[in-house]
Amino acid sequence: MPAFSSLLRSFSSLLPLLPLAFAVGCGEADQADQGPPVRAEDPNAPILIGEYGSLTGSEATFGQSTDRGVQLAIEEINKSGGVKGRKLAVRTYDDQGKTQEAGTAVTRLITDDHVVAVLGEVASSLSMAGGRVAQQYGVPMISPSSTNAQVTRVGDMVFRVCFVDSFQGYVVAKFALDDLKATKVAVLYDQGQAYSKGLKDDFERELKEMGGDVVIEQAYTGGDQDFSAQLTAIRDTHPDAIFIPGYYTDVGNISIQTRKLGLEVPLLGGDGWDSSQLAQLAGDAIEGSYYSNHYSHEDMRPEVQDFVKAYQARYSEVPDGIAALGYDATRLLAQAMDRAPSLDGKDLAAAIAATKGFDGVTGNISIDAERNAQKSAVIVQMKGGQPRYVTTIHPKGMEPAPQAAAPTDAVPGAAPADGAAPADGATPAQGAAAEGAAAK
Amino acid sequence: MQTSFLQDRARALAPSPALAARRSLLPVVVMAALVLLLQFAIGPRIGPYYAKMLMDIGINIMLAVSLNIVNGYTGQFSIGHAGFMAVGGYTAGFITYYGSLLIWGSTQPHGGFLGAGELLFAVSCLVGGLTAAGFGYIVGLPSLRLRGDYLALVTLGFGEIVRVFIQQTDDVLFTAEDVRATAPLALLTKVGGALGFTGLPFYTNLFWVWTFVAITILVAYRLKFSSHGRAFLSVREDEIAAEAMGIPTTAVKVRAFMIAAAFAGIAGALFAHEVGTTLNPKELGFQKSFEVVIMVVLGGMGSISGVVLAAVLITVLPELLRSVAEYRMVVYALALIVMMLARPQGLLGLHEAWELPWVRRLLRSLVRQEPKDG
Amino acid sequence: MTRLLQTLMDGVAVGSLYALIALGYTMVYGILKFINFAHGDIFMLGAWLSFTLAVSLGWAGGDAPWIAGPLVLISSMLLCGLIGFIIERLAYRPLRDAPRINVLITAIGVSLFIENLGQLEPFPFLKKLGVALPFGTRPQRMPTLLPDATLFTVLGVQVKLVDVLVIGISLALMAALQYLIFGTKLGRAMRAVSHDPRTASLMGINVDRVVSFTFVVGSMLAAAAGFLSAEKYPSLNQPAHSTWILLGLKAFVAAVIGGIGNVRGAMAGGLLIGMVELFGAAYLSPQLRDVYVFSLLIVVLLVRPEGLLGKATVEKV
Repeated sequence: MPAFSSLLRSFSSLLPLLPLAFAVGCGEADQADQGPPVRAEDPNAPILIGEYGSLTGSEATFGQSTDRGVQLAIEEINKSGGVKGRKLAVRTYDDQGKTQEAGTAVTRLITDDHVVAVLGEVASSLSMAGGRVAQQYGVPMISPSSTNAQVTRVGDMVFRVCFVDSFQGYVVAKFALDDLKATKVAVLYDQGQAYSKGLKDDFERELKEMGGDVVIEQAYTGGDQDFSAQLTAIRDTHPDAIFIPGYYTDVGNISIQTRKLGLEVPLLGGDGWDSSQLAQLAGDAIEGSYYSNHYSHEDMRPEVQDFVKAYQARYSEVPDGIAALGYDATRLLAQAMDRAPSLDGKDLAAAIAATKGFDGVTGNISIDAERNAQKSAVIVQMKGGQPRYVTTIHPKGMEPAPQAAAPTDAVPGAAPADGAAPADGATPAQGAAAEGAAAK
Repeated sequence: MQTSFLQDRARALAPSPALAARRSLLPVVVMAALVLLLQFAIGPRIGPYYAKMLMDIGINIMLAVSLNIVNGYTGQFSIGHAGFMAVGGYTAGFITYYGSLLIWGSTQPHGGFLGAGELLFAVSCLVGGLTAAGFGYIVGLPSLRLRGDYLALVTLGFGEIVRVFIQQTDDVLFTAEDVRATAPLALLTKVGGALGFTGLPFYTNLFWVWTFVAITILVAYRLKFSSHGRAFLSVREDEIAAEAMGIPTTAVKVRAFMIAAAFAGIAGALFAHEVGTTLNPKELGFQKSFEVVIMVVLGGMGSISGVVLAAVLITVLPELLRSVAEYRMVVYALALIVMMLARPQGLLGLHEAWELPWVRRLLRSLVRQEPKDG
Repeated sequence: MTRLLQTLMDGVAVGSLYALIALGYTMVYGILKFINFAHGDIFMLGAWLSFTLAVSLGWAGGDAPWIAGPLVLISSMLLCGLIGFIIERLAYRPLRDAPRINVLITAIGVSLFIENLGQLEPFPFLKKLGVALPFGTRPQRMPTLLPDATLFTVLGVQVKLVDVLVIGISLALMAALQYLIFGTKLGRAMRAVSHDPRTASLMGINVDRVVSFTFVVGSMLAAAAGFLSAEKYPSLNQPAHSTWILLGLKAFVAAVIGGIGNVRGAMAGGLLIGMVELFGAAYLSPQLRDVYVFSLLIVVLLVRPEGLLGKATVEKV
């Protein structure tokens, strides 16, 4: 039956639609274990926000930390009455560290689960993938920890509560020049990570502007094990310090091999170093090295200490910067929801954009015109396997007035007006810097 | 004299012009109708998330059916298919992104359905496919002279080399002035590097995806049941015998490679312009290639319908099984091993779905009124 | 000059690791004529099993007795040998007569299975038993079982004990393998089977047993390479498992370049690849280190497909 088989041929491309019925049916079933689908319009139902993160895959520790911070914040907010009298609920999807999954997850959150806002992600490329979807559908998205400048350029629906890499580059450069007196810096970055490349560019620009010199620039690919080629080249230039704007997973081997080659200069890093595993991976090799971070758990401000205690009670570990940012992002979102006239995309986005002086765990946050957070950064130093607070660096133009009495800028945290005495464990900044430069 | 007798017989057995026209046009007309139905009737009804799933299914079908031509028909083992997808995607993205910037000054989708923007997109898809085919030639020609195992290695290496080079590229430019100020050759390097090629206009919709899917399936089908297809299959069955029969095996293999690469390139172009995806070199590496290989193996190497079914399954399963997502790759791997041990021909082997006896019986009982023509 | 010597030493160390892994590939190919894609994963397993053993036996603190190193090395070698045996028995032997492409796919399946099984975080019952997970998604620090001392310094290059041990143990293993293959009856059986399995079985050789034995030996060598690699680069990064795959792949390239099926070729190929990669990284560009290796493969395949030390075989129909 010739005509028949040609008809069949046409239908063969329709075969795929059959399982779609399956998908639709099972999709409902799958949602069941995440909680009942809720609509934002129902006045008594919880407000549903979406979260996407890397709960598995190579970035799993970042995603899990963020999630813990978010969950803690949600619990606390609900305990104190919720937002506008309604509780908050969060639906979380795992994107496995892949941009395609990030896009799918955010599409599902917005178009299928009808969330009012989205939280995520940590890695900048994932935030950009999700951000474009959020922008497309007009739902605001807050990234807790993506520092690459391009993330918020996606559109007016995309915000972040952390600083941007241009600021972070400035922070590390300033610390290197002012505190470590390191004018010749070598750079070793991860060419496979947008974060690393971006931070490297920003650091080099700021360092040169402030009078420093980048003596050499070397690259590796995340996951590489052997850095002898790059480190030998670096050693030949005799730098005062080495800046490694990568993730902590690689810093372990890098620092070990650096010390093995006899390079004893201090190592500098960005917030990608922030992990409880850094000391375990690097061991002694990382002792005395510095990195910029969003907060320090030694900050004596009440918000920080309350957060640290609550987090420890809930999860039995000290929160890292990523968790703190997840916590802050959620709370900032909730506060914006309180202020917004409605939970409609545009209104909520406007409310978020208007955030000024939000007292977060990670500092005093104000959202600027580019939807980035204006806040300070801290420098911590690895001592005894723990990141210890060294100093705070403020955005240009936000420097606190110099305090007359205190000889040391020993105030942890970003609240500049507080003239409190140095907290336990926090060593005076200059002293620490001097120690750091001399320590191995 | 023999020849004219045969010519007479051939003419007598050939279908009438009317029938031939109907046979060639009917599938095309039906496809066009279905695709338009999808885009305008079904698409809006099911919502963006499920529409996206349908698009992902379509793209995976294209990838699987195209790889089937190499792995299935020709029996060669290529595991660098994602590399061609990357080449096609980046080429197409480059054209639409910088083209949009230069022509219209912005990278937002321009014009409506089948408008100027979509035509630019269609052109970029085709160029992407052609570029990928070119790469297929470059990679295939030297390596297909050698034994099949080496091809696997070389294709894997090719995929990795493409990935490394893409990661070296620079950031994307944002304004038309920047674009005009850059030399064309330098512009080629501004495709985003490790961050991925972001900012591409979202042109991919159900219409375009399924149009190309229909074309892919049509081509694959026609190939399989043609003399070209028989050449492919003969190389798969016994290369030395085929060579002895006068079939230029290397040329045949390269041909299969190029066709497969072309469709993979188009699939990559569609992928690049889909909502919520970014062209990221890390995700177009051998993990993606393996996914496509799994689809081909599960579906049956050589069966179009089998591969289509497998592609659908592999695309839909992760969404259904979100709660057990971490076991996904383990299950796939186990399925692969078990398949090879228990049923190496895959779901359908070389057969198509409509050739299965029970399917034939079922369909025959459904369309009992179908007029018979000879 | 310092740079040259440093690169030379690293090249030899890394090259020996590649050689150890390449030997497994080449032996299996010689006997069964197929690429065991899962071999690179045995290497990874070797590294991670060494880690698990070291941690479970309580040597994470870095105060391990001198016996710890050899103990962990031998244990992981034995374990991986067993795993190699099981894989061959369950996944490859049933497909002995199947088309080549089927076995290749199965090998890929096994490879994916091992990699992804290791990435699963659950198995809470193991945690309760106090056993450290073999991998999981977090990077881990390998306990230092080989003392981290500098032997001497020549021309500004520090010669570390670890590197010397890596090279030494690799060479010792390679020498042992040489002796096994060319000096023992079993080795002769292996060579016979690789030459012509049918005739070898007619001569009274138990081909199945020889094949199993080959897999076991190959896996043991890969495990040793894994242990040594973990000692040399202590920060184990499982999440970047593509690195492990690439390492295995480069070792396979080494086997091919040296002449697949040729044991001495694998050793030479391994050292060559190690040198090419490290010298390329040091003097050209470190970002393209993988490209050098694969480019060399393509060149060799085009110019001399049988490899440097291989013999061009005529395929009889």
